[in-house]
Amino acid sequence: MRALRVLRIGPSCTVQDGGRVGYIGQGLSQGGAADRLALAEGAALLRQDAGLAALEMAGMGGLFEATEPMRIALTGAEMQATLDGAPLVWNGSHRIEPGQRLEIGAARRGVYGYLHLGGGLATPQRLGGRSTHLVAALGAPLAEGDILPVGEETTPAARRVTGLCLDVADRFSGGELRLVESFQSDLFDPAVRRRFAETPFTPGRRASRMALQLMSEGEGFAAAGQLNVLSEIIVPGDVQMTGDGRPFLLLREAQTTGGYPRIGTVLPCDLSRAVQAAAGAVLRFRWVSLAEGLVQQAAHDAALARLPSACRPLLRDPADMADLLSYQLIGGVVSAAADPFEPRDEPGAET
Amino acid sequence: MSREGSPTYPLIRNVGLSGMLVSFGDQLDEATNRATLAFRGAVDDLALSGVVETATSLASVFVRFDPAELPHERLHAALADLLQTRDWREAPLPQGRRFWRVPTVYGTELAPQLAEAADLAGLSEQAAIDELGAARVRVLTIGFAPGQPYLGTLGEHWDIPRQSEVTPQVPVGALVLAIRQFVLFSTASPTGWRHVGQTGLTLFQPEAADPFALRAGDELQFEPVGTAEFLRLRETGAPQGGAIVSEVSA
Repeated sequence: MRALRVLRIGPSCTVQDGGRVGYIGQGLSQGGAADRLALAEGAALLRQDAGLAALEMAGMGGLFEATEPMRIALTGAEMQATLDGAPLVWNGSHRIEPGQRLEIGAARRGVYGYLHLGGGLATPQRLGGRSTHLVAALGAPLAEGDILPVGEETTPAARRVTGLCLDVADRFSGGELRLVESFQSDLFDPAVRRRFAETPFTPGRRASRMALQLMSEGEGFAAAGQLNVLSEIIVPGDVQMTGDGRPFLLLREAQTTGGYPRIGTVLPCDLSRAVQAAAGAVLRFRWVSLAEGLVQQAAHDAALARLPSACRPLLRDPADMADLLSYQLIGGVVSAAADPFEPRDEPGAET
Repeated sequence: MSREGSPTYPLIRNVGLSGMLVSFGDQLDEATNRATLAFRGAVDDLALSGVVETATSLASVFVRFDPAELPHERLHAALADLLQTRDWREAPLPQGRRFWRVPTVYGTELAPQLAEAADLAGLSEQAAIDELGAARVRVLTIGFAPGQPYLGTLGEHWDIPRQSEVTPQVPVGALVLAIRQFVLFSTASPTGWRHVGQTGLTLFQPEAADPFALRAGDELQFEPVGTAEFLRLRETGAPQGGAIVSEVSA
């Protein structure tokens, strides 16, 4: 069986894809990868569909072994990664052979790291998806000894390359989250909304795939008549104020309805930055109009579509090359134009 | 709660970047809830290209859409037009509803907050069991957790507040009560509502052909049984804790 063996694993690693759409009316939120951008980056590096499932590793990875030769990619929060002891470049794609040991350690910065496999993880689909949804008890965190089926490659052989990498802007150190007003924003005084955007927050200890607690100095951000609000629909990105006016940013695995009022909704394209903020990172909010929010989101979606062409060949540092002598360093037998890693999207360009 | 410039219903508002909410009131009542169920069905029937999914909450209909395909102005206009077509508060309940009679233990260590809730409602424990056990409640909406219903509406004396302290965990099938409603838990969960009854219902079964047991509009009655009978049903593996399901005749 084409599979990935889990020899050791951190406490909060789960299979994630784009989540499940169409079940809000049944009380099941979409769920899916916490850092959706990382999912797209991995797919771009492997030249495959972004809907394929990957392994999401919160804070800590594990030790893995493949049963067959496979392509992998590493994205999201950078973690120490080695293959049989040799370091692997993060935000890069690599090849692993059966019996080689892939070891992924703790996150150096950020929270969620991702391990993608050529063909994607092929665990059974339930309700149209493979995502573990912890809140709904749909699936569970991975455990030592698990054997994860891996799908057959769907990428044409000519494009089934490794040795690509992506330059990734820092979204792992906090920063600005843009939000739009939502249907309950006017329950909060304008002065409270303004103060919310002037306040620096740090992630609290109560962080999960469901919600991110936001800690700040000074008084809370209470709404008028806070406890009398009828339970209403929740969308990912909503910033909810609990009874004492302390904010929680609700994420893709949040409950589908709730009675606490929400001051606004963070743009979907900024949620990756939010979930990757580790303890100590500072997050700030900035109000944008609906029109500006739509423009920013559309720009992000367009950038996602360009990710495959942003991948470039991984240049190895000769100092790290144990097998330097096996490379042909002179002679120009292969022209630069025929570089097998040349990242072009035209079919056949890589042959 | 009345605020200055209170809005008039129905009301169409934006939800984040790609959602719209049609609200029929800010209080829960029978007509408001019927309006949400009927209006959601009508939005689904429109089959607008760009609508991703719809849902109801207690008093509103939520529409999730792709603004790149269906701009806000166009969806807003379509929903406003649809609102004009009839008095939604007069709409009948949906077809194909079912009536569930659910064996329920009230009080005991299985549902330890019955006495507290009865006290807040000004009733003896026995009177509370008689009332709650005779009440025929409706699935007002499904939400919070998969397949989990809000059920109502109970009499006015059951307008009891949520607890100030959250109960760390109630089990699957727990029947909890606050603000004239029951919630029946589909997953083990913390709650601020009071745990008054325990059922053997499993409302979300991801492996089943139909993973969600209840539909909005279904009616339920939580019929009192003794602990011994409840445990017997559990031990014999009676489907859905021995619940009896029939069609509601319109």
